[in-house]
Amino acid sequence: MLGLILAFPLIGFLINGIFGSKLSAKTAGIIASSAIFGSFVLTAASFIQLSGLDESSRAIEQTLFQWITVDTFSLPFLLRFDPLTAIMCSVVTGVGFLIHVYSIGYMSHDRTPPKFFAYLNLFSFAMLALVLGGNLPILFLGWEGVGLCSYLLIGYWYEDNEKASAGKKAFVVNRIGDLGFLIGIFTLYGMFGTLDFAQLKQGVAASAGNLDIGLLTLATACLFVGAMGKSAQIPLYVWLPDAMAGPTPVSALIHAATMVTAGVYMIVRLNFIFVLTPDTMMLVSGIGALTALFAATIAITQRDIKKVLAYSTVSQLGYMFVAVGVGAFAAGVFHLVTHAFFKALLFLGSGSVIHGMHEEQDIMKMGGLRKYMPKTFATFAIGTLAIAGFPLLSGFFSKDEILYSAFSSHMGLAGPALWAVCTVTALLTAFYMTRLTCVTFFGEPRFNPKTLGSNPGHAHASHAHDDHDHGHGRGHDDDHGHGHAKPGVHESPNVMVIPLIVLAVLSIIGGFIGLPGHSWLAHWLGPVVGEHSGEHGSMAYLIMAISVVVSFVGMGVGYFFYVKRPEVPKKVQQNFGFVHKVLFNKYYIDELYNFTIVQPLKKVAQVCWMYFDVLVVDGTVLAVARLSKFAGEVSRLMQTGAIQVYAVFILIGLLATVGYLLYGTIH
Amino acid sequence: MELFTNHIVSLVVFGPALLALGLLFLPDKTPQQKHIVKSAALGISLLVFFISCFLYAWFDASQPGFQFVENRGWIEAFGISYSLGVDGISLVLILLTTFLTPIALLGSWNAIEEKLKTYLFLILVLETGMLGAFVALDIILFYVFWEAMLIPMYLLIGVWGGKDRIYASMKFFVYTLVGSLLMLVAIFYLMSMHKMQLGNYSAALLDLYRVKVPFDGLWSAQTLLFLAFALAFAIKVPLFPLHTWLPDAHVQAPTAGSVILAGVLLKLGGYGFIRFAFPLFPQAMQFVAPVFMCLGVVAIVYGAWVAMVQPDIKKLVAYSSVSHMGFVILGLFSLNSLAVSGSVYQMLNHGISTGGLFLIVGMLYERRHTREIEEFGGITRIMPIFAVIFMIVTLSSIALPGTNGFVGEFLILMGAYQTNKVLAVVAGTGVIFGAVYMLWMFQRVMFGPVKNNENKHLKDLSLREICVMAPIIAAIFIMGIFPNIFLSKMDASIKAFLSQVKV
Repeated sequence: MLGLILAFPLIGFLINGIFGSKLSAKTAGIIASSAIFGSFVLTAASFIQLSGLDESSRAIEQTLFQWITVDTFSLPFLLRFDPLTAIMCSVVTGVGFLIHVYSIGYMSHDRTPPKFFAYLNLFSFAMLALVLGGNLPILFLGWEGVGLCSYLLIGYWYEDNEKASAGKKAFVVNRIGDLGFLIGIFTLYGMFGTLDFAQLKQGVAASAGNLDIGLLTLATACLFVGAMGKSAQIPLYVWLPDAMAGPTPVSALIHAATMVTAGVYMIVRLNFIFVLTPDTMMLVSGIGALTALFAATIAITQRDIKKVLAYSTVSQLGYMFVAVGVGAFAAGVFHLVTHAFFKALLFLGSGSVIHGMHEEQDIMKMGGLRKYMPKTFATFAIGTLAIAGFPLLSGFFSKDEILYSAFSSHMGLAGPALWAVCTVTALLTAFYMTRLTCVTFFGEPRFNPKTLGSNPGHAHASHAHDDHDHGHGRGHDDDHGHGHAKPGVHESPNVMVIPLIVLAVLSIIGGFIGLPGHSWLAHWLGPVVGEHSGEHGSMAYLIMAISVVVSFVGMGVGYFFYVKRPEVPKKVQQNFGFVHKVLFNKYYIDELYNFTIVQPLKKVAQVCWMYFDVLVVDGTVLAVARLSKFAGEVSRLMQTGAIQVYAVFILIGLLATVGYLLYGTIH
Repeated sequence: MELFTNHIVSLVVFGPALLALGLLFLPDKTPQQKHIVKSAALGISLLVFFISCFLYAWFDASQPGFQFVENRGWIEAFGISYSLGVDGISLVLILLTTFLTPIALLGSWNAIEEKLKTYLFLILVLETGMLGAFVALDIILFYVFWEAMLIPMYLLIGVWGGKDRIYASMKFFVYTLVGSLLMLVAIFYLMSMHKMQLGNYSAALLDLYRVKVPFDGLWSAQTLLFLAFALAFAIKVPLFPLHTWLPDAHVQAPTAGSVILAGVLLKLGGYGFIRFAFPLFPQAMQFVAPVFMCLGVVAIVYGAWVAMVQPDIKKLVAYSSVSHMGFVILGLFSLNSLAVSGSVYQMLNHGISTGGLFLIVGMLYERRHTREIEEFGGITRIMPIFAVIFMIVTLSSIALPGTNGFVGEFLILMGAYQTNKVLAVVAGTGVIFGAVYMLWMFQRVMFGPVKNNENKHLKDLSLREICVMAPIIAAIFIMGIFPNIFLSKMDASIKAFLSQVKV
């Protein structure tokens, strides 16, 4: 059955990939959605089967075939379905299915929807392999596979060089992390002689106390470098904001709900090793907190609706790392799940806005959209409330769990410090999300609702994707089938709105799987992360109260600034011009990397080629060749072809020989 | 049947050259006749591939030693014999050779017009030379095959090559010949030592393994002999800094020449280390192993860097070969079963993926008569099938899991890491740079808008071209997903090899 979970999206990929040119957009979408739905059903069935098992032996295994065998190194293609995998698979197939369905509407005007759906299915396959893999190399297979799909989908509109570059950047930055991941794998293999999760766990238990913690710290730190790449943490986060070049459903599925959480998943998967290395854990939570705050500050100033959400994602992933870094693995997974709900919702909502606004992404050119897109507005607002930590919504519970875990972690002063950073981040999050929602949906339209989309020279259209014909001109209204004959802002079709509604419901109720003190999720994950939700003391209520205050303050200020007194932010911006400029330009980190790494590398490579390879190595080779040619030319002087000269040589030789012989006979 | 099974190795080795002799009697004036000659050559190479599949199937993977051994006296006064045999390592390399030759022939179907018969003849003779070198169990016989390969390759580059073909072919010939002459001296020395120690001359490899060559640090007979062999093999691999013949040879060679050169010829360097240099001089090998590991790592990183800034696609692929073959050297000198298996596997991978890349470059060249990256851009929109195939081969080259490249690099790096952590980590950066230069090239050629008008009407792949690439694509996935088909045949031989060289 586990094999079938993988097989469905793979088959979907093959059908759309091979016969895509003969399929209509709708058929391709239905095939892809059915494939992922099949996986969802099987996941649910496996989930039920799993919950029927005894807690101590809660895992289903299936070996598909033997992958690599060398000497004593044996690597089966092993799938394992345990409580953690069950949660991950449910999110991947469940949220994934909704996004597939949404894409049917979103990509209806694209030039090659079957290709898009093929990639989407391939991604689902790789992501499921990542979470189902029973050993590290299979996890890595999925890990690189999702990276590939991310690359392909970011650069989906490849004729735009900027988008193609964004895809490449994502791949290369991830590869840097992957090297760390690989070194971590190699170190673990060196220490335990196995890469199977269950065997590693046994190995750790068997050699308790005798482990070389230094080496183990190296291993976990290297693994975390891998997580930094995939889950966009400082200093490897730079690819994620650029990744927004991909179609919006991709941003929702890959760059918010699933792939980017793979780093968190990996650490939770290997929690039994990470807990042995407190230094790495400190690093994980530290980087997480720093990233959370850092990205949130950038998000405040961005004008591109997707960029705000991208930095928000980076920031929220930071939260998850704080959680796992302080050992609250269940809390990390909890936030992973709720974040998948509300961030997918927000991204799909933004996609709906972009769709309705004819490819406009600049929120400063929107405004007042709640009148034109009421359903999108309602769901987007729910997503905003959820991420901002509005009481009883999903984000409130999961964020609070992390804040409490950070505060109460046994790390000395580090705990409260982490909590403080996270709380400030929560304030910023509530603020920038409210800003985003208000600027987009409230106030007066800052565009002409009648003519938007009719003018090909429209501000954004110049750099928009004329290659994919998305929403522009040609056949737009006919294809849409929800009948408004003129260009203008419009609500999205039902195929897009229904997934939004489902996700909105999940964003509201999702938190109830992890109620503080009575967390079903923590209990369920117990067999994997070995932790049960402990008693939450009075401190917990205080922290919760602070969170509520922070959330309301953030939202209130945001509302006041951007709805009540829209002139205030402009004044602030003027008074703090420098700060705004630095934030708006994302601290110039891309420029810094370009200047310190990319350009020097190109220079060095150029020098290696032009100077070392051509001049030094080949120069030496050619010098040797010239030397032998020179030797030939010198000795050639003796062979002039003139018989007289040869006669002289013969004479000299003869005389010498005769002289020698005479000399011999005399003595 | 008996005759067939007893002489199957000779049949595989000499089949191509002998049957190719027949080609020379066919006319090749009219297009129709040319077609017949080409089909005949393709038929011969396919037949040889077919026979080698039998060899593969009949090979007993549980036996570490040589199988299908043939042994006849040749120059008995010096103990030189016609002795052939196959073990798990040569087996897979034979299959690689017989697999790539028909692909190379089909890949250059329309590219060669001049002296067609001779061209086809030389490719098949080259195949015989390479196969012979892989199966020779007599060191003189090996040397004969080793040098015999040079001549057809030299002619292929020199006659059918590009603009600077004379320079490139001379460079190739002299470079490799110089390397192997020192090896010949070392072979003579070794044979005379055999006479001194065991009473008679012998060139049989199994006899020579028993010779005890004195070892005492750098300036001892064993180290010097090892280095003499290593020079010949390192040039062939090619190992940094002896690689500069390769970019010239590749850029000038016709497509089929490049495919065979990169696909098989370079592997003879790695094979030479495994079969001769390591087991003959084990102590010396371990003595210098750190140096060679370092050179391998330098080759990986350096090759990748230089590949990154190449303006010519074919040169880029040539330098990527330097990088990929550096992995082979790193793995071999790491001396554990993971790394050595990875190295042998990497040789196969490199043959498949780099062979594929050269075919792809050839397809672009046939359409546009240029290989400058700058000239292209946006080709994906114009040639969608080509784009998919190019992408897959690119992914194989950057070792994505699920493709063949991953298995090799993963095993090498994991094995090397157990031997030397620092070198393995530095080598690992090659994985990053590999992605950089391949994807950057891919982007500049395939993505972006179509800027150049000459590219607007390029034809997508023809059926023939799809048939050329299909086996490569199949091999990429089969070797990536079911590597055990090949690893299992090598395992026993590699274990025996390691116990032999680890003294």
